[in-house]
Amino acid sequence: MRRSTGPTGHETVYAWLMSAPALIGLFIFVALPLFGGVYWSLTNKRLISPLPTEYIGLQNYWNLLGLQIIKLQPEIDEATGAAQVDLEGNPIYPRTRTIVRGNPAYSGFREWFTTDVFGGRYVVIARDPTFLRSLINTCVFVLVIVPGQGGLALIMALLVNQRLRGRYVFRTIYFSPVVTSMAVLAIVWTFLYNPDQGLINRFLSAITFGRFQPDWLVSADSALLAIIILSAWQAAGFQMVIFLAGLQGIPQSLYEAAQIDGGNTWQQFRHVTIPQLRNTTIFVIISTTILAFRLFTQVDVMTKGGPQDATVTVVFHAVDTGFRQQKIGYGSAVTVLFFIIVVTIALIQRALLKSDIEVE
Amino acid sequence: MSASPAKTSDRREQRVKSPRPVRRTITLAIDYGIMIALALFFLFPIVFMIVSSFKPEKLMFDDLKTILWAFIPRDVTLENYSSVFRRVPFGRFMFNSTFIVLATVSAGMLVNSMIAFALARLRWRGKTLILSAIIALSIVPLDAIVVPLLVLVNGFPWLDGTIGWLDTLHVQIIPFIADAFSIFLFYQFFIGIPRDFDEAAYIDGASPVSVYRRIIVPLSRPVFATVAILQALFLWSSYLWPLMATRGEDSRPLTVGITSFYGQDVKWAQIMAFASMITIPVLILFLLFQKWFVQSVAASGLKGA
Repeated sequence: MRRSTGPTGHETVYAWLMSAPALIGLFIFVALPLFGGVYWSLTNKRLISPLPTEYIGLQNYWNLLGLQIIKLQPEIDEATGAAQVDLEGNPIYPRTRTIVRGNPAYSGFREWFTTDVFGGRYVVIARDPTFLRSLINTCVFVLVIVPGQGGLALIMALLVNQRLRGRYVFRTIYFSPVVTSMAVLAIVWTFLYNPDQGLINRFLSAITFGRFQPDWLVSADSALLAIIILSAWQAAGFQMVIFLAGLQGIPQSLYEAAQIDGGNTWQQFRHVTIPQLRNTTIFVIISTTILAFRLFTQVDVMTKGGPQDATVTVVFHAVDTGFRQQKIGYGSAVTVLFFIIVVTIALIQRALLKSDIEVE
Repeated sequence: MSASPAKTSDRREQRVKSPRPVRRTITLAIDYGIMIALALFFLFPIVFMIVSSFKPEKLMFDDLKTILWAFIPRDVTLENYSSVFRRVPFGRFMFNSTFIVLATVSAGMLVNSMIAFALARLRWRGKTLILSAIIALSIVPLDAIVVPLLVLVNGFPWLDGTIGWLDTLHVQIIPFIADAFSIFLFYQFFIGIPRDFDEAAYIDGASPVSVYRRIIVPLSRPVFATVAILQALFLWSSYLWPLMATRGEDSRPLTVGITSFYGQDVKWAQIMAFASMITIPVLILFLLFQKWFVQSVAASGLKGA
């Protein structure tokens, strides 16, 4: 249906004029840094440096991902030719540092961790153990928070979706942390998590008679868990509202039909609610995953990546190297890898949603 | 509770009827139990923060020992609040945050809705290409570009002839005006408005700009509210970019202001006062415009799915 009035050339001019401000903004502040980041990741650029920036190819990426596994040989007793053993009969191994230092092929590597498997001792060395640790931490965070927070959000949505007195009050309370600033509440929670004086341990101590007293942010074993709980506390209300919108979009007639067929509450949930919430659930899973990969603020405020790299994340490492240490080239390489991860997830999302639409 | 009395003549009826209300009461009690427990979990940090901000530092620590007293105000004092004002330019931080949010959101609503209008309602070459480019850009997270963005803005000239945007308010505003996700939300809404409205106006000789201003914008209040609220929430709590782009106190927003305050000499009651002053205004706005907040979040999910 072509419009009779208004020449198209005229319309094109208007269209470009009205699009120009946004296009210029997106080009300068999103596209340009994106390409700039890819370019700088191939250089040794620093923010302030007397030396000129040089093209170094994929060196930054090798430095990030460089990884080797060495099988350690027990020290040999020169007199007998047998392996030396300690007092408990375990073989004595040379120190990793000695091996790494002694072999030019391992220059630039540091010990990441050592493990005893298959009857031998292996040491894993990496050029940037902190980056590899950040990848693992970020993945652990994502794998715990996506089902944890999503499940909590779904339970809350189901609860406040019932025709119960006061449901709006509860909905408001569950949503309220969403409007607070993470940087601010992360400081408040740091105090709550204090092992000796914090409210959380006071409460746990009261209900478990002092048996359960985690060190939370102070210990490498529990620091990431502490950050996960805070993150779920702050964001679960957001997903709850999205689930609630999904629940309210389910036609009432489907439940009525299920009741006529004699379906009980559980069967209605299983055969009506869950299939009808499929799209909403996919959306919640994917958006939470992408948001979770961006974990930074809580870590920067509460732990600065510590203790012992237990909470270092990919974005934290990018900011730490690219901004605090001013290694622009290296930090850019971290952000490029981070971007590739996020895009891969977004593409999987599109694929899942597409196959879902085709099924219907 | 309406469980039927034991001496009912019809035993069959009793068997059918009596478990129902009992079971319903139990389910109801469980539901409320869970809901109240969750409410306590979501509320306690905020209540504790606000209550503690009005207590002297020593009393705040003493009250922690009993747990319950930590949530009850007593010896109410404004000393912590006045200390915050003495120690940091709180007014300056508050002005910066408010100004950044208002400037970015208002400019963004204009800029992003205009391009969305051109994409959704005008016929021109290249619009499919631009639309796909914008959808592609909407998945670029800010965190993936902050490092190169910092280098770029460090070399940008400004109106007064100086080079470098660091340590200014505009470095926290201009890069965030054009926003791919906002454009996408506007586009989705505009494309659903019936064509008849603007056809009639075009026949009367109206220009695209006046169709945008007189017809589309007035019909699109809900999506403007959605975009404004989502953007304002994001900008108000933004931390990473201002942390990198500002060094002095003059251009810092509240989020970076409080974290540097926390990094100095730690006085917890004062920190709670500072945190309360950032949180309470937004909580009040949320309670007043709750319906809009909830609708915006719900809309962000529906449009994405």
